[in-house]
Amino acid sequence: MRKVSAAVSLFVFWVLLSGYFTPFLLTAGALSAIAVVAVARRLEVVDPEGHPVDFSGSALRYWPWLGVEIVKSAWDVSKIIVHPKLPISPALVRVKNTQVSALGRVVYANSITLTPGTVTIVAGRDEFLVHALTRAGAESLAEGDMDRRVTRFEGAQ
Amino acid sequence: MTPVEILAMVLLALGGLFCVIGAVGLLRMPDFYTRMHAASVIETLGAGLVIAGLMLLAGLTLATAKLAILGLLIFFASPTATHALAKAAHERGIVPVLEGDASGDEK
Repeated sequence: MRKVSAAVSLFVFWVLLSGYFTPFLLTAGALSAIAVVAVARRLEVVDPEGHPVDFSGSALRYWPWLGVEIVKSAWDVSKIIVHPKLPISPALVRVKNTQVSALGRVVYANSITLTPGTVTIVAGRDEFLVHALTRAGAESLAEGDMDRRVTRFEGAQ
Repeated sequence: MTPVEILAMVLLALGGLFCVIGAVGLLRMPDFYTRMHAASVIETLGAGLVIAGLMLLAGLTLATAKLAILGLLIFFASPTATHALAKAAHERGIVPVLEGDASGDEK
């Protein structure tokens, strides 16, 4: 099932990038998609990490929330940058994470980094070292709202 | 100009503005780690708004699909690159300027 879904995704990707709908090119695209999946299967990378299609549903719920968070914190960082006094209070904090899978930890670490004002420096097993531009940013991260949402994301397959 | 085009222009201008803000932040921030925060304004709001504006201009075409793929690429690749940079700096022993340190000491 995962192989079929990977092949279909690759074929759609091919069509979107090519933009030609002649029978020859569509056939070539389908054959290429199948060949790539065949090679990937031999490499044993068509797994929940290589093609995480199971997470599509929870991603659709998590990404909009993450998008809003990104816009909010990007706005905050922009205000700090244009502020004449540059009111930063950089902090290094250790943040607990409750994810059980490597994929979940990657999603959480990447979410922290993607939100302006916080960067994951070291991603450990159950603790991240995070650099925050302001103390307030570090504190809101320590409240663990994002952590809970990512854990729900990885659990709700 | 149609309303959609005007909206697209507004988004493009805002995206450009946030790119400039990010660049100013890159120059104003005191150390390596704080500069990275300024750069992430560019790759999120800056790039995001520019891509959204271009998608509106392109309409329902393949170009819009390609722009969406480009957005996804930035969405996945930029935090990975930022983390790689931060971790490399940390392991080479670059100590961040923290709150309470006299500002302006570190150049």
